[in-house]
Amino acid sequence: MTSTKLRRSMLFLPGSNPAMLSTAFVYRPDSIMFDLEDAVSLREKDTARLLVFHALQLPVYRDIETVVRINPLSTSFGPLDLEAAVRGGADVIRLPKTDTAEDVEQLEAAVVRIEQQCGREVGSTKLMAAIESASGVVNAVAIAQASKRLIGIALAGFDYVIDMQTSRGDGTELFYARCAVLHAARVAKIDAFDVVFSDLNDEEGFLKEVELIRRLGFNGKSLINPRQIELLHNAYAPTQKEVDYARRVVAAATKAEEDGLGVVSLNGKMVDAPVVAHAQRVLRIAAASGVRK
Amino acid sequence: MTIQLASGLSALTELKGREIFNGFAAKSPHLASPTAKLDRKLVDTIEEAVRRSGLKNGMTISFHHHFREGDKTINMVVDVLARMGFKDLTLASSSLQSSNSVLIEHIKSGVIRRIFSSGMRGKLAEAISNGLMKEPINIHSHGGRVALIQSGEIAIDVAFLGVSACDAFGNANGVSGRSHCGSLGYAMVDAQYARNVVLLTEEIVPFPNGPASIRQDQVDWIVKVDEVGDPSKISVGAARATTNPRELLIARLSADVMEHSGYFNDGFSMQTGTGGSSTATARFLETRMRAKGITAAWALGGQTGGMVDLHNKGLIGTLLDTQSFDSVAAESLRTSPRHFEISTQVYASPTSKACSIDRLDMVILSALEIDLDFNVNVLTGSDGVMRGASGGHSDTAAGANLSIVVAPLIRSRIPTVVKHCTTVVTPGETVGVLVTDQGIAVNPKRPEVAERLKQAGLPVCPIEELYARAVAQTGEPKPIEFLDRVVALVRYRDGSVIDVVRQVKP
Repeated sequence: MTSTKLRRSMLFLPGSNPAMLSTAFVYRPDSIMFDLEDAVSLREKDTARLLVFHALQLPVYRDIETVVRINPLSTSFGPLDLEAAVRGGADVIRLPKTDTAEDVEQLEAAVVRIEQQCGREVGSTKLMAAIESASGVVNAVAIAQASKRLIGIALAGFDYVIDMQTSRGDGTELFYARCAVLHAARVAKIDAFDVVFSDLNDEEGFLKEVELIRRLGFNGKSLINPRQIELLHNAYAPTQKEVDYARRVVAAATKAEEDGLGVVSLNGKMVDAPVVAHAQRVLRIAAASGVRK
Repeated sequence: MTIQLASGLSALTELKGREIFNGFAAKSPHLASPTAKLDRKLVDTIEEAVRRSGLKNGMTISFHHHFREGDKTINMVVDVLARMGFKDLTLASSSLQSSNSVLIEHIKSGVIRRIFSSGMRGKLAEAISNGLMKEPINIHSHGGRVALIQSGEIAIDVAFLGVSACDAFGNANGVSGRSHCGSLGYAMVDAQYARNVVLLTEEIVPFPNGPASIRQDQVDWIVKVDEVGDPSKISVGAARATTNPRELLIARLSADVMEHSGYFNDGFSMQTGTGGSSTATARFLETRMRAKGITAAWALGGQTGGMVDLHNKGLIGTLLDTQSFDSVAAESLRTSPRHFEISTQVYASPTSKACSIDRLDMVILSALEIDLDFNVNVLTGSDGVMRGASGGHSDTAAGANLSIVVAPLIRSRIPTVVKHCTTVVTPGETVGVLVTDQGIAVNPKRPEVAERLKQAGLPVCPIEELYARAVAQTGEPKPIEFLDRVVALVRYRDGSVIDVVRQVKP
């Protein structure tokens, strides 16, 4: 079952930056991702792990979904990162460079062990997998179905284009990978996240990319700067017309239920269940960030 | 010949001792010389201008701070006065910046004995907060400075005013020549009230230079100098443009507050002050104005590129400019027919026959601290040391229909919302709304505004809740320790003393 939690914006924060760790909640992204991997230099890996462990326990993060991107479990940092993240209370562990379903299974086994050891409810730590290679894209369906704990899979562009012997351009280079990851997520009924857009000052380019991935069907996007949150949320916000229609659909569905009718109709036309579900989703997004400006 | 003209008049009793005509140049000797009549105000050096101005020990000198951190005039002139051996001067600059730290030496050596200023920053402020001066300095608002001048408390003997260009008679502005600072709003007041006015100019241009922000009939002496200021440094420090996401978040929230305040109607007026969030608010207003189909009639105060952009797009009818915060604003003042230069007397003086802030709908203001009674500190930092300026803060808060204070709830582990301000500059009774990155509080005196903001779905809560939230994140801050000695009097805009700054404990 697809979750009802909105995950349009996943804000990346370098785990080694205490000022950002202590203030990032004010930007209200849907999820905050504390990074212990690529944004943290080798000599700061231990500092970052300790900082993130404490940041996870700050009261200000109680009402916001926290994600920790750990180093791959094959590195010397990965297992230590995982210990700190699960014990610190991270809602979600993000596994980088996921190539196969076994990578996820291995992660889950480690998480179960830590949960048992630290007294955290087994199963309470969710997972997400980042796909960053040709193997990962080809195995996306299996990866997405590898664990019940998975809340989503994400495409990560930098490593992927290198693996594909190309470079970032107008998006053509990501076309297959986006479609593959998105389909895999939908098969598994989990969320799909798009790549980061790194040119902070190119607002127009950012919005163009957001429009593309929104229309493809991605739930959201990884972000590297808080300035991108509002732009993204607004682009994902329904129009006033869409909200008005969704309200009518939901009202009709509610009335049909009250009247004990199995079939919902609006203006004399039958409304299918997926249309009702979509209308409910539109209203959830509108409640979160209003109507598109 | 001319003596004969009136020769028969001396015997007449009806003259009652009045002076008898003694030639057209008797009292205007420069008219007798074809060169002197044109260039009698021009002197070669600052020393010469000082000698001719009649400046004596113990007198008051004044300056403007339009070049802000780029100002070269204040330090240059005080250096000259020190070399000439002056003592016990009162320095009345419209404000002082970090770049004025060289004044510390002149205070130590007794050249400067008293200071009036809107504020101070950097090493000078640190030294004074640590007890450098025998006599407490006076901190005034921009409007309050004019009131102190009009009341005679600041009696300017010689004003030294840096301008980019003037003609040989002294018609000067900040938009001709090379180093444009834009509006000369502060300097216009000094030119009007000082006993003696010395212009320091980078360039002497052909007569008549216009528009004449400072007029020929106000100017006594003119000295050409290499540089009066670096305009590229106007927009650093308090007047910078921000890319900081937190300041932008607050700016967006404050634009939301403006939109739903009840004052966002066609023909409204506004001011955005200095500080990253305040200046950035202008950027977020455009879409809101277009969506509602309204325009602002005018915007007041320090002008920025953001306001000029709205003006050029037809969204703000007129800009009333008392200080240009960047080169875009300075250029707009030069070229736009609806971008008016106004003096601080017209802008904000409580003793003016009319000041524009009284007509203002909304103003965005920054804060270093705001307390549970909405009193605001824009002067002293969390260490008790002066690091800011009163500016137009208390003026606009008093005049505007709604004053909106913007600040992050926490600055580097220090809460901005406090139980009691370290120093009160603006009384809470004139503050309407506080916008922070973690929520919005409305002064209980403005329940109608609170209601409108809540209706719009904005995160409004009592200020006590913001305080509690801040302390939950940072812990209760340790009180700052002060000595008894007073280092600064904080003057409210009407001249009364609203608070004092004490010497920080070393």
